[in-house]
Amino acid sequence: MPVLVLPKTSRPAARVHGRTWQYTGVPRWVYLVAAVGALFILLPLAGMVAQVNWGQFGALITSEPSVAALLLSLKTAAASTALCIVFGVPLALLLARAQFFGQRILRALILLPLVVPPVVGGLALLYTFGREGLIGKSLTVVGINIAFSTTAVIMAQTFVALPFLVLSLEGTLRTAGQKYEAVAATLGARPGTVLRRITFPLVLPGLISVAVLSFARCLGEFGATLTFAGSLQGVTRTLPLEIYLQRETDPEAAVALSFLLIAVAVLVVALTYRAPKSPLRALMSPEAAP
Amino acid sequence: MTLFNTSIRPRRLRLGAVAAGTAALALSLSGCGPAATAPGAEPNTTGTAAAELSGTLNVYAAASLKKTFTVLANEFEAENPQVKVSLSFDGSSTLVTQITQGAPADVFASADHANMKKLSAAGLAKDSPVDFASNVLTLVVPPDNPANITSFADAAKPGVKLVVCAPQVPCGAATKADAAGAGLTLSPVSEELSVTSVLGKVTSGEADAGLVYVTDATTAGDKVISIPLNLANPTVNQYPIAVISTTKVPELAQGFIALVTGTEGQKVLQNAGFGAP
Repeated sequence: MPVLVLPKTSRPAARVHGRTWQYTGVPRWVYLVAAVGALFILLPLAGMVAQVNWGQFGALITSEPSVAALLLSLKTAAASTALCIVFGVPLALLLARAQFFGQRILRALILLPLVVPPVVGGLALLYTFGREGLIGKSLTVVGINIAFSTTAVIMAQTFVALPFLVLSLEGTLRTAGQKYEAVAATLGARPGTVLRRITFPLVLPGLISVAVLSFARCLGEFGATLTFAGSLQGVTRTLPLEIYLQRETDPEAAVALSFLLIAVAVLVVALTYRAPKSPLRALMSPEAAP
Repeated sequence: MTLFNTSIRPRRLRLGAVAAGTAALALSLSGCGPAATAPGAEPNTTGTAAAELSGTLNVYAAASLKKTFTVLANEFEAENPQVKVSLSFDGSSTLVTQITQGAPADVFASADHANMKKLSAAGLAKDSPVDFASNVLTLVVPPDNPANITSFADAAKPGVKLVVCAPQVPCGAATKADAAGAGLTLSPVSEELSVTSVLGKVTSGEADAGLVYVTDATTAGDKVISIPLNLANPTVNQYPIAVISTTKVPELAQGFIALVTGTEGQKVLQNAGFGAP
């Protein structure tokens, strides 16, 4: 029977490693095509690094507008990531665990910002929260002005990054499965307890990874910010906007800032991003033990 | 069977990682802007039919020329049925970058001299560029004029949500010069990266006032009210046009420039609000 044969034939490529083992056999042609894919990403980065004027690099990235843009970017991306977690985790939970009328349509609509150009997202925000917008009109009456403020930048970034977090976390939740949750429930745990003691520890590594990627996504947000928030040094001009502006008159500064943006993104991702762990191991690891 | 179940688990997990990767790819794809590349020129001008021009002409023009150059390109095609004009509009500096990096342009029309100079410095302007139009700034406000602005000085008052171009882009340089000329200190809520962004902020009612080119105000029609700056010495932006030295269709390029600088071209440009060069 094929089922019995399968583990045997894959044994040469398998390693026994602690409690679980990983199957590492990959056909050779996959390496070749994957290498092309990797080069397609890495070569343009190398091309840009080759353009950096290292003699002037320090001066270019420590200029007053550059520092203001970097600080604003870090600040707003951190705030947006926090918002993404606060609203994205419940959304992902609902999509992965609950069942209700219109769930599939809701999922499709929530993911829209992933596929529409960011400029379109910015326009949508403008016509909703802008001074003449759907909600903005009432907000203006009570004295709240969002446009041209740092708040607008954070909203634009959250708008584009939130679906990304929801989509990935929903995937993580589904992959983790409901076995342990079901067992906990049969043992009398209430939904709140199951969420706190089973679901969260299970998906926490995945959540951290996707939150970091969301942060990087916020850091790179351009189109929606430009359309919705405007561009003023220290208030709404984030690093990508500053890069675009510098490119007009000082391409060297633009390249230096681009390198800085990539370096920050790589640093953030490298420091915190880990490939998703096995949910079983996550549950068994000491820090997650109930 | 139990052993089989646990051993297959890590593989299923990695499928989750693949899904996340796919999502990331989708993200980066949606971030791609529209590429301003045009199909390559196919020169056929060296044929026997000397009088009949044919081939594809790639015209790279400043964004503010979109309306007028589209009209003129249609006219050029109507006059020369064998000719196809391919237009690419963007900020002048973006276009210069593209051309110097090898974009297949035959004609370049810039919104200022600074960007044309960059092209000449790169040795890509065939002959010396000629000016074919000029543009000046004007103040625009939304139709309901929420801040009751009637003059340039009103726009500089505190509390007014004024939007201008950043000094790094041509319209921003003109803004800076005009404000200095009027003895005003502007405190904008936003310094946009392009003049179209400024206009967008005003037409959407987001800003109380904006400084744009006269031609932008003309294009916007009744979506804005235009208030002249009334300056003694307004900054006049000259628009130069040139044949790209690497062109394979020089006759076409010259023909198109002749149309733009000729009577017919000037009529179209001045109807759109452009001044004479």
